[in-house]
Parts: sequence; C-alpha cells; structure tokens
Amino acid sequence: MKSIAELKEIREQMQSRINMRKEEDEGIRVVVGMATCGIAAGARPVLATFVDEIGRRNLQDVTVSQTGCIGVCRLEPIVEIYEPGKEKVTYVKMDPEKAARVVSEHLVNHRVVEEYTIGAAE
Amino acid sequence: MNFARSHILVCGGTGCTSSQSPKIMEEFEVQLAKRGLSDEAKVILTGCFGLCALGPIVVVYPEGAFYSNVKVSDVAEIVEEHILKGRIVERLLYHEKKSNEIVHSLNDTEFYKKQKRIALRNCGVINPENIDEYIAFDGYQALATCLTERTPQEVIDIISASGLRGRGGAGFPTGTKWSFAAREKGPVKYVCCNADEGDPGAFMDRSVLEGDPHSVIEAMAIAGYAIGASQGYIYVRAEYPIAVKRLQIAIDQAKEYGFLGEHIFDTDFSFDLEIRLGAGAFVCGEETALMTSIEGHRGEPRPRPPYPAVKGLFGKPTILNNVETLANIPWILQNGPEKFAEMGTEKSKGTKVFALGGKITNTGLVEIPMGTTLREIVEDIGGGVPNGKKFKAAQTGGPSGGCIPASLIDTPIDYESLAQIGSMMGSGGLIIMDEDNCMVDIARFFLDFTVDESCGKCAPCRIGTRRLREILDKIVSGKGTMEDLDLLEELCYHLKSNSLCALGQTAPNPVLSTLRYFRDEYEAHVKEHRCPAGVCKALLHYVIDPEKCKGCTACSRVCPVDAISGEVKKAHVIDTDKCIKCGACIEKCRFDAIKKQ
Ligand SMILES: Cc1cc2nc3c(=O)[nH]c(=O)nc-3n(C[C@H](O)[C@H](O)[C@H](O)COP(=O)(O)O)c2cc1C
Repeated sequence: MKSIAELKEIREQMQSRINMRKEEDEGIRVVVGMATCGIAAGARPVLATFVDEIGRRNLQDVTVSQTGCIGVCRLEPIVEIYEPGKEKVTYVKMDPEKAARVVSEHLVNHRVVEEYTIGAAE
Repeated sequence: MNFARSHILVCGGTGCTSSQSPKIMEEFEVQLAKRGLSDEAKVILTGCFGLCALGPIVVVYPEGAFYSNVKVSDVAEIVEEHILKGRIVERLLYHEKKSNEIVHSLNDTEFYKKQKRIALRNCGVINPENIDEYIAFDGYQALATCLTERTPQEVIDIISASGLRGRGGAGFPTGTKWSFAAREKGPVKYVCCNADEGDPGAFMDRSVLEGDPHSVIEAMAIAGYAIGASQGYIYVRAEYPIAVKRLQIAIDQAKEYGFLGEHIFDTDFSFDLEIRLGAGAFVCGEETALMTSIEGHRGEPRPRPPYPAVKGLFGKPTILNNVETLANIPWILQNGPEKFAEMGTEKSKGTKVFALGGKITNTGLVEIPMGTTLREIVEDIGGGVPNGKKFKAAQTGGPSGGCIPASLIDTPIDYESLAQIGSMMGSGGLIIMDEDNCMVDIARFFLDFTVDESCGKCAPCRIGTRRLREILDKIVSGKGTMEDLDLLEELCYHLKSNSLCALGQTAPNPVLSTLRYFRDEYEAHVKEHRCPAGVCKALLHYVIDPEKCKGCTACSRVCPVDAISGEVKKAHVIDTDKCIKCGACIEKCRFDAIKKQ
C-alpha cells in the first residue's frame, strides 16, 4: 500500500518523464543540430549522451529535441540550450564527454561552460 | 519508465483503433528498433484526442507535432525525418480547413482553440493503462487530501460551491445529491457510476473511460468518503470492450497501490469497486432501472420517490453519477471550486463535453465552457457544414431531446437556455443537420428508437410511443391529415405527463420540437404530399429534365426495374409507376438532368 509520501515520490519521479507533454512547458530545452552535417560530425552520440545523463540524474523540466541545420556546419555538432528568461547558449564542436559536462555544469548547476560556447570557438 | 527525449502518442480510442492505430503503434516500435532509437523515443498508447474524423491521430512531443490521417506506411517517414533528424513531416500535419494553413501543434488548431478540457484533461495526454502517468498529472492527490485533511462535509461543501451539475442529462446539482445520501443512516451505502451511455451517437463517457479511467475511480472513492459508502459499482455497457478492459486494468492498479481497498492512505476509510456489465438497453441508463439491473433483475425503472439517496441499490442509500460528472470531481478538488465556477454561466458552471456528429466537418469530441454558442461549436470548432450545404438544425439530448433551428444558432449552450427553447442539454450527443435532412423523418427516426427501447412496464410509454410512430409513418407516406397533427401533439402531452420514467416522459420531445420549429415541413407532407428535403421516399418522384437530357442512355441501362425509356440522343422519361426510387439513375447521369421532386 502506498502512503502519501510515496504518492508524492512517484509524482516527482514521473514529472521529469512526462513534462514535455504539459501545456505550460517552462523548462530548459536542449536542442541538438541533427541535419546531415550534424549527424556526420557526430551529433548522434552527443544527443544520446544528453538523453542518458538527464535520465540518470532524473532532472526535472528538461526536454531534448533536435533541429535541422543551424547554419554553421564547420562548428557541428552544435547544441543550443534555451532557459526561460535567459539568453540562449550555443555550444559547438560537441562530443559525448563535453555533453556530459554540460549536463552536470549547465543543466544541474546552471553554470554555462564558457569554453565550449560559440564565443570561445570564434 | 526511463527518460526518453521524445514521446510518440498514438490514439487508442475506439475510433482510431478501428482505423488501425494498433498497427501504427507496432510499426513505430519496428521502425524505432531498426534505427536503434527504441530507448530515446517511447511509443505511448493514449485516449481520444477528439478529432475522430481525422484519425488515426499521432502526436509527437516535445514538439507537440500533430499528425492526422496517419497510415502504417507513413510511420517510417516520421521516424526517419522527425525522430531521427528532427524535421517535422509537414505533409502529414493537420491542415486547417478554412485557411488551409498548416498547423504544427494540436492546441493551435481552430478545433482546440475554443475548447477547455477539464473532464477530458488527460485524454490524449497520458497512457490510460499506466497509473504512474495519472499520478504524474496530479492523480490521486485529491483523494489523499480529502482523506487526510478534510471532513466529508467539507468535501461536499466544495462540490456544492463549484456549482457542478449532473452531466448525465437531468442536471441535478451534484453537491446536493451527495448531501442527501450523506445524511442518511449507514452503515451500508453505495456509490454508482452510470456508464451506460445509451444516447445513439454519443461517446463522451466511453472516451473518458478509455482515456482516463483513473479519474473516475478516484472520484468514486472521494464520493464514497463524502457520503460514507465503502462499495462502488461502475455500470458500463458490454459494447464498450476497450473501455471495460482499461477500467479493469485501472482498478487492479489502484488496488495494488492501495488507493482502493482497506485503510486507504492509512486512514479508517475503505472503499472497493466493481464493474457491472450492461447489455446495452437504453432504459438501463435511467437510474432506478440501472440499480435494478445491478441487483440482478431485469432492467426496469420503478417510481420515485423514494429517491436513490434514500432507498437505492439493494434498498440502501445510494448516489449515482454520470462518468463525466465524476471526471470533473478530482479537478475541482485540486484546483478549487472558484476556478471551476469561473467557467460557464450563472447557473451552469464549468464545461460540457459533446460528441459532435452528423453533417459537420470535424466529427469528434469537444469540451466547451458552458455558455458557448451553438454557432461557435458548429462554425469554429466543428469547421462548419461540409459540401457547401446550409446548417438547418442541431439535435441535443438524442431521443429525449429536441432540435435547435438555424434561427436560434446563437443560443448559448447551458441548461436553462436549452430548456427554454424546448431542447435539453442531454448527456452530450450533438447531431448537426443540413438542408438535406427532413425534420419529420428525424422525429420518426428517434421514435423508432424509443419504441424499440421502451421496456414495456408502463402503458403510456409502451403503447403511446407506438401510436406516435404510426401517426408519423402515416405522415411520411403522404397519408396524414391535419387532424393527425393535432392528435400527434395531444398524444405527446399524454406521454409526458403519464409515463413512469423519463424515457417515456421525454420520448415526445423530438416530435414536439420539430412541430414547433418546422411545422411547415409537416404541413408540406400532409397538404401537398411533398417532402421539402427530398428524403421521404413515398413522396418523391424522379423526373428527367428534357432540356438537359442528352439521350446518352446511361440511366436506362443502370435502372434495375427498366423504368426509363427513350431513344438514343433524345430525351428520356421515367415511368413513375415502375420507379422504385433507388437513385441509381441520378448517380449515373453526367448532365445533372435527373431531379427528385
Ligand atoms: C431513458 C434514460 C436513459 C438515461 N441514460 C443515461 C446514461 O446513459 N448515462 C447517464 O449518465 N445518465 C443517463 N440517464 C440519467 C440518469 O437517470 C441519471 O439522471 C444520471 O445518471 C445521474 O447522474 P448525474 O447527476 O451525474 O447526471 C438516463 C435517464 C433516462 C430516463
């Protein structure tokens, strides 16, 4: 039998799983460039790392989606992070290790990993 | 359930299921596996989205892309393009009928914009076979709060304050009904859910049970707590196999989690729930007949009083609520009665779900705030009458209800306004009719239904409905007299005042309201032996316009009874004595030369 505390726990556990279906989606959006150039440059393992890490850490209010060509093909794989009320952050030349660090620093601790951003690369 | 970056929701309502949505789900699994995406994207079965005319429906999150008329052969493209590459498949997105605009998200469609989904809040959003998803959308929170923080009286007060009225047809205030049963002495009382849904063409309750069964279960447990009952029954028709299956799965899950059973949330409150299957008799939706049927007897009504709240199931105090009524309950308790009462009109609060059918573009399920006008439902949400035809009338309340003519299309939909114009809210069937519908024929159609469904216990209904139909038969075959119209009306009032239950009391409504608004059509049948809409076969003649006829002989070749004669390249004629009015010639004629008169 479930207690009220357990009901609350299930609810919180599930939140991160179903949040993308809520109408008022105010969470963080991670968008991975997945056009031909992105995929060729290795965007798939980057995307997979985001999905794994977010799931493992049970992060709330984060959705991962992909987009087409962002336009700077030489900097692919490109990942953009949208946080409500903040400026969009664009990470370039990503790989799985960098992705894991962006999850722990940016998504968990809300600290932008400056060295991977497009500003640092240019 | 693991974290997945994308959720592919496939409608598993009855409509989409019959147009192959289970095969579409299978194909998604296959295509995802083929590309190694099975862990990243989850395929989820869900309840009705409402736009049944465009099924099967698939919605892909987080983009919320709304794909309609999806075929099994489209699945590979959706997976390859959308799930793998992140490019929405525009070709399959919903196109707005009026502007032909491509709409990306469900909530941006004209169909959804004016809707407010309370009872249907989880339909098309959650997987109805997964209790955790219901919990994620605040499920069972209201029950937990009621049991641990509120007295039964406080729960009833909240329901009363919301202004919620029964959605099963009669519109009785739900809080008042609960308080009547609460003040009766226990210890044995019952909570019943009416999921008989006998109104032909209505499928609101089925969709709630298929898409969000836990909301009804939670509400029934809350009702049990409020009135002091520990046993509930859901009476659902056996013709709803998907609803029954999901309901049983949901009950089993709720028992496993301890939301049903002994000492719920470690309190003294215990509540158990069972399903009872009905064989689909319309009268079994009437509350006293329903309870008689649960008791194991033939489903026949009995006189009231005593009302069920005093002497109901097995002679014990009982409350009986409709599925949609119950689906509102957890929402009201979670969001507060004021929030609910904000929606709607002075005496009709909240929303109402309608099953939109007949001559309308967007056939399907809609939930609108009370007070929305019929025009908004037909023109905006429903997308208008198809094929350039004109709106003629709408029927609410099915065989117990009445029609709303085009002149009253700006009537707000609420209990009082509908009753005032001789119609009724009903349980939510809303049938749209265009200029090709004959109103006398419609009245006869509903009478046919009530004659079949009258249980026979009381004479006014058993005999009266038959006599009404006989008079209507006479009229549609051109043999009626003006005296028949008066007799028809008089008989209607006899049925209304003398029948035992509301089946007989309301059976004349379709006749009375068509007489009221379309008397000219009745008179055309009687005086001129003419059916203005061209429906009533006995009054129709097929004629060939000699000006338009080219003498191609197509019609005479297709006529099954050789009623058409004429020489090649000369105008043909129809022998009306031989003609059986099958219409085959009209379909064949390429020159629009054959007319019904
Ligand atoms: C012939 C007849 C059929 C009915 N069918 C239904 C039905 O299918 N579903 C329903 O909820 N109520 C139906 N009702 C209304 C019920 O008697 C009752 O008023 C209702 O279930 C009460 O629940 P509510 O207060 O939540 O609306 C029917 C009534 C009559 C007279």
